[in-house]
Amino acid sequence: MYVIVVGGGQVGINLLKLLQAEGHEVLLVEKESGRYSQLVEELGESVILGDGTELGTLMDTGANRADVLVAATGADQDNLIICQMAKILYYIPKTIARVNDPKNEEMFQTLGVDATVSATRIIGSLIEEKIDPGLAIPLMALKGGVEIFQTQLSADSLLIDKKIAKLKLPEDFIIVAILRGNDVVIPKGDTVLQANDTVIALAKKEGKEAFQKLFL
Amino acid sequence: MKVVILGCSKIGALLANWLVSQKHEVSVIDVDVGSFRRLDKETHVRQVVGMGIDYDILKKAGIEKAEAFVAVTNSDNTNLTAAQIAQSKFNIPRVIARVRDPKRAKAFEEIGLNIMCPTIWAAEELKTFLLKKESR
Repeated sequence: MYVIVVGGGQVGINLLKLLQAEGHEVLLVEKESGRYSQLVEELGESVILGDGTELGTLMDTGANRADVLVAATGADQDNLIICQMAKILYYIPKTIARVNDPKNEEMFQTLGVDATVSATRIIGSLIEEKIDPGLAIPLMALKGGVEIFQTQLSADSLLIDKKIAKLKLPEDFIIVAILRGNDVVIPKGDTVLQANDTVIALAKKEGKEAFQKLFL
Repeated sequence: MKVVILGCSKIGALLANWLVSQKHEVSVIDVDVGSFRRLDKETHVRQVVGMGIDYDILKKAGIEKAEAFVAVTNSDNTNLTAAQIAQSKFNIPRVIARVRDPKRAKAFEEIGLNIMCPTIWAAEELKTFLLKKESR
């Protein structure tokens, strides 16, 4: 996959390293020249100097074949416009925006951004989970009210010690992965959930609500 | 008419002062308190300090009852974001954003936003001026 990441802050850099380690082709765009010089020393030619809203110049380098653009600057308004420009002018199929103010998530999706990630919201939920275990922590919001979230199973959870196929899971809800210790289990019908598993699920709003009502 | 202006920039202040003199009801939002010095003394403009892409700030400026929204901060991206929020979230009938970058201006005009691009205007003016001189 070819990914363009805009914004060379901590989020951008670590995302670049993470994706490169997974074998993806990544281009990091940083607009501030001082910061860019620092980054080049560390990351070499994966970094280019440029303004994320002026991707035009990057198109010469073949950036228009990017599969995904991630706008990870510190300013919500920049991230929105970067994603929109990528869609409108350069036809990049998927755009993801980092959002600082959680209130902007829904709006950004209405305006065409495919997915939003709000650290504020995730951290807030993680804190809440410490206070109230068994909470559904949102990880990523997708279009149409669809969300990926995680929840940790307690020893008295109604979900454990049964095959997934036998669980009466709600409509519009699917378990996509199970984090068990250091392993990631991709679930099948005969997978059995255990206490302390972290379940990652994809669900529509109604599906998530039904799941929370039934099992959390 | 109730108008919310985002950005007490030179153009924002000029517009606010004029609208008030024409008996319109005006609120101006700016992150910088100091920028309100550009408004006429003892003016009736409502001054709101804060980020214009923040719903709470927009509401404080009375966006829910506004008939027009003008985004004229010094940041193209802020103007474009705020204008889209005013249009999609608050359904303001008359929304316009100042965008200096012609490329961004064209892109967002294409998706149905009202844009005022001073760069394109100025270039047109200059073109007219230069061609007139040549024909003398």
